[in-house]
Amino acid sequence: MQDGREYIGIKEIVGPLIILEKTHNIGYNEFVEVEDKNGQILSGVVLDTSKEAVVVQVFEGTMGLDIKRTKARFKNKPLMIPVTKEMTGRIFSGTGKPLDRAPYPVSREYRNVNGDPVNPTARTYPRKFIQTGVSSIDGMNTLIRGQKLPIFSGSGLVHNKLAAQITRQAQIVGERSDFAIVFVAMGVKNDVAHYFIKNFEDSGVLQNVTMFLSLASDPSIERLITPRCALTFAEFLAFNLGYHVLVIMTDMSNYCEALREISTIRGEIPGRKGYPGYLYSDLASLYERSGMLKDSKGSITQLPILTMPNDDISHPVPDLTGYITEGQIVLERDLHNRGIYPPVAGLPSLSRLMKDSIGKDLTREDHPHLASQLFASYARVKDVRALASVIGEEELTPLDHQYLKFGESFEREFLSQDEYENRSIEQTLDMGWKVLAHLPQEELNRLTEEEILKYFAG
Amino acid sequence: MKKENIIGKVRRVNGPVVMGEVITSCNMLDTAQVGEEHLIGEIVKIEDAIITIQVYEDTTLIRPDDPIYGIGMPLSVELGPGLLGNIFDGIQRPLEDIQKIHQFFIKRGTQLPALDRKKKWSFAPLVKKGENVKPGTVLGTVQETKIITHRIILPSPLQGKIKDIKKGEFTVEETIARVETETGTEEISMLQKWPIRKPRPVRDRVPATAPLITGQRVIDTLFPVAKGGCCAVPGGFGTGKTLVQQQLAKWSNADIIVYIGCGERGNEMTDVLLSFPELKDPASDLPLMNRTILIANTSNMPVAAREASIYTGITIAEYYRDMGYDVAVMADSTSRWAEALRELSGRMEEMPAEEGFPPYLATRLAEFYERAGKMNTLSGQNGSVTIIGAVSPPGGDFSEPVTQHTKRFIRTFWALDRHLANERHYPAISWIDSYSEYLDTIGKWWDENIDPQWSLFRSQIMELLQKEVRLQQVIKLVGADALPDSQKFIVESCRMFKNAFLQQNAFDQIDMYSTVKRQLFMLKIIVRFYQHGAELLKRGFTLLQIKELDVYKKILRMKFNYSNDELDKYETLLQQVERMLS
Repeated sequence: MQDGREYIGIKEIVGPLIILEKTHNIGYNEFVEVEDKNGQILSGVVLDTSKEAVVVQVFEGTMGLDIKRTKARFKNKPLMIPVTKEMTGRIFSGTGKPLDRAPYPVSREYRNVNGDPVNPTARTYPRKFIQTGVSSIDGMNTLIRGQKLPIFSGSGLVHNKLAAQITRQAQIVGERSDFAIVFVAMGVKNDVAHYFIKNFEDSGVLQNVTMFLSLASDPSIERLITPRCALTFAEFLAFNLGYHVLVIMTDMSNYCEALREISTIRGEIPGRKGYPGYLYSDLASLYERSGMLKDSKGSITQLPILTMPNDDISHPVPDLTGYITEGQIVLERDLHNRGIYPPVAGLPSLSRLMKDSIGKDLTREDHPHLASQLFASYARVKDVRALASVIGEEELTPLDHQYLKFGESFEREFLSQDEYENRSIEQTLDMGWKVLAHLPQEELNRLTEEEILKYFAG
Repeated sequence: MKKENIIGKVRRVNGPVVMGEVITSCNMLDTAQVGEEHLIGEIVKIEDAIITIQVYEDTTLIRPDDPIYGIGMPLSVELGPGLLGNIFDGIQRPLEDIQKIHQFFIKRGTQLPALDRKKKWSFAPLVKKGENVKPGTVLGTVQETKIITHRIILPSPLQGKIKDIKKGEFTVEETIARVETETGTEEISMLQKWPIRKPRPVRDRVPATAPLITGQRVIDTLFPVAKGGCCAVPGGFGTGKTLVQQQLAKWSNADIIVYIGCGERGNEMTDVLLSFPELKDPASDLPLMNRTILIANTSNMPVAAREASIYTGITIAEYYRDMGYDVAVMADSTSRWAEALRELSGRMEEMPAEEGFPPYLATRLAEFYERAGKMNTLSGQNGSVTIIGAVSPPGGDFSEPVTQHTKRFIRTFWALDRHLANERHYPAISWIDSYSEYLDTIGKWWDENIDPQWSLFRSQIMELLQKEVRLQQVIKLVGADALPDSQKFIVESCRMFKNAFLQQNAFDQIDMYSTVKRQLFMLKIIVRFYQHGAELLKRGFTLLQIKELDVYKKILRMKFNYSNDELDKYETLLQQVERMLS
């Protein structure tokens, strides 16, 4: 069909949307190039099309556009980006344009940024344990290659530090393989992007990092397309070239806000807290682009970061994310304020894929029961502390006192570690046994007698 | 099949909702195909000359004036041998065949028949030439998998006299019989089609009396569900809904399992796909895949097809029910289905009710759950469909519309508790908020078939758990030390019951499945231990002395130490408990 029909002059501009009338038949989701009066080219896609009117969402924002002289070219294809190996190590804008003064990437292959859903029969179940060197993750919320494991944080907490430590230390024990990092910034401040760049530089992996940056100063609508460009490239690296790709996306809350903005402007019926009803499906279309496939060497592991507004885990963004991702690492302000790093909350954190990927021959035989015991005992600590705050510590039973000791030791020794401390899984598990030694043996009912005989030091 | 022709052309596209101008007449809920790629959709609204179609595939680049095709029949599923062991998407496209064509991804516009057209099945007739047949008559059988005999039933509304019937190897499309009806001769093949939104007819409903045995102690003993019953499992993220559903799909004693992954994770379906062929069904000792059908419409697949997936699954379940089987449907999760409904409703600019959900949400939920039940089928045999629906309330708040409406139509409720999940107490089914309305009938079944004392023991432990709730409130205010030993012992016994009975490790070879007999032993042992222990306290023993008894430790570890086959060890332990007083 006709390629690139052009219209001069538009009907309406509403926020990031432009509306055209009396066009030829425009396709839904079609890619549009919008040219302003100075010749600057912006990109957009069609959100709604009919014989009467066409609604186009412009990613770079509509500032400076006018009604008469704006040109719109309909490209008769969806939004696509080129994918080539040469893009590795480069920096792109939120819509995939080079920011590093190097030329535009040239490739024979262009891909639809929306991707296609992965066929569940083509997936293989992720089972390979990634050692991050962080006890609270390795021991209790194990990260698996091909997993999507978000960090739920709050403003002012150390999520960036933790994400940087994970990228620095993550490895599969006893394996060397091609790895790559795709870094996606959505509405974060320049400082944050620089913090990550500096970290990648210091650990000598910068040439393996591809960045897609839509910073706080960039138009918010751009963020809707940024993770899609990045994931399209990640899929190419993983499933065509066989890389193990770690995708860091920060901050998902900003992405969701951009989605809410566009939904409100379009006058859609809002769901909870003004977010559109399709927030779940939309987030799923990003998070589900991870995993491992049969007959393909590579994998995509996602580490999205989101700040929970007001530290509220039931806010729609963390809530819906938790329903899609395979667990979550929750950071806790209370631990942070007490100077514990990383402040990984003991109880609400979870890794769903851990059950099949730890234990004998994978990590160590005692790992599953030990993790379960630590969770159970720490839950009891929380109860005892709540009780102590009502009746005072003196009134507690001797056993409760032992629990308090265990809790303190668990937080100060097991959870807490230095930003540059890289613990092996054995060290982590031994540390777990060490802190459990504060409890009497009879309390350890999640562990088998053999395990207690072999490892318990109490 | 009826010939397809152009029924209209596209006027407007808004995501999965396409509006078109009608050229020839069409019916509500008919299948429509949009664009040159024939994207499958369904007509959901007709207004003057404008039809609204919900399209089950991505509508990118569909534009005004694109053709809309119709085939003059409602959205239907294919029924016949070859369903078992297969995996389909929400509108019954075979995902394994799609993978052969498109490799990793699902490309739109793929049109493949649900059932293999080339595979030959061995058909053995059960009726003879000249016999009168009516809807529901079993014409013959096919051994579909090692454990399931597929009964070919004369589809409704045909009736008449068998003109001829063959025996031998046939594909699903080949004629196996001809039936002389009032209007002429009808050729019958093993393949039938049935509209997904229309319940299959039955003779009668019959009361559901037998429990669905799941091997999960908290379910079978405390909150059982009947075969033919409805049950909801609500819980916030990470509380283990999927784990419960998968445990039931693995271990429950239904003949057929239909597992619907509705808007959930791709990896979860992969997990089922990879593990079920390895796992053995406890009854037949053959791989679980022999009795399982998977419907996978994961969260990133088109949202409209998610809406249809629930109906596709339940229609297949009804088909096997009509053969006289007990079918269990796992729908994970009905909230995603409701959200699909909400999204489509919003795109059609309908007036919303609570939280943006359409006002007909409750009606749709009721229609769905009413398709469960134990039925006297047209063939005269009894069969049942049990529905176990997961609900994912936003923020884990059970007062939201989907949970609330669902509660009106189900009779067993397994509330998943965040606090239990945080302690990694799985299954995190709360013994305070959950309930089962089937207790009267199922209690009778236990008392008659397993042990006349079952109801008694169950009510004793429930009473103890209720007492413990009150005692925990006291402890929260004044500490455990303020309680007398007799009350402390209640708390200790409940703790024992939670650890040794309610909590069940899905990954432990011995613990993952408990037979009903084993469950009863465990229940008895703990209840009797409490009763004798309380008596000992009265006689002046201290709590510490009781906790140092040898039986105490044995009870705590019995679930890991004594398997289903070692009932004699439970018997010995029970006798030991009975001797506590002497």
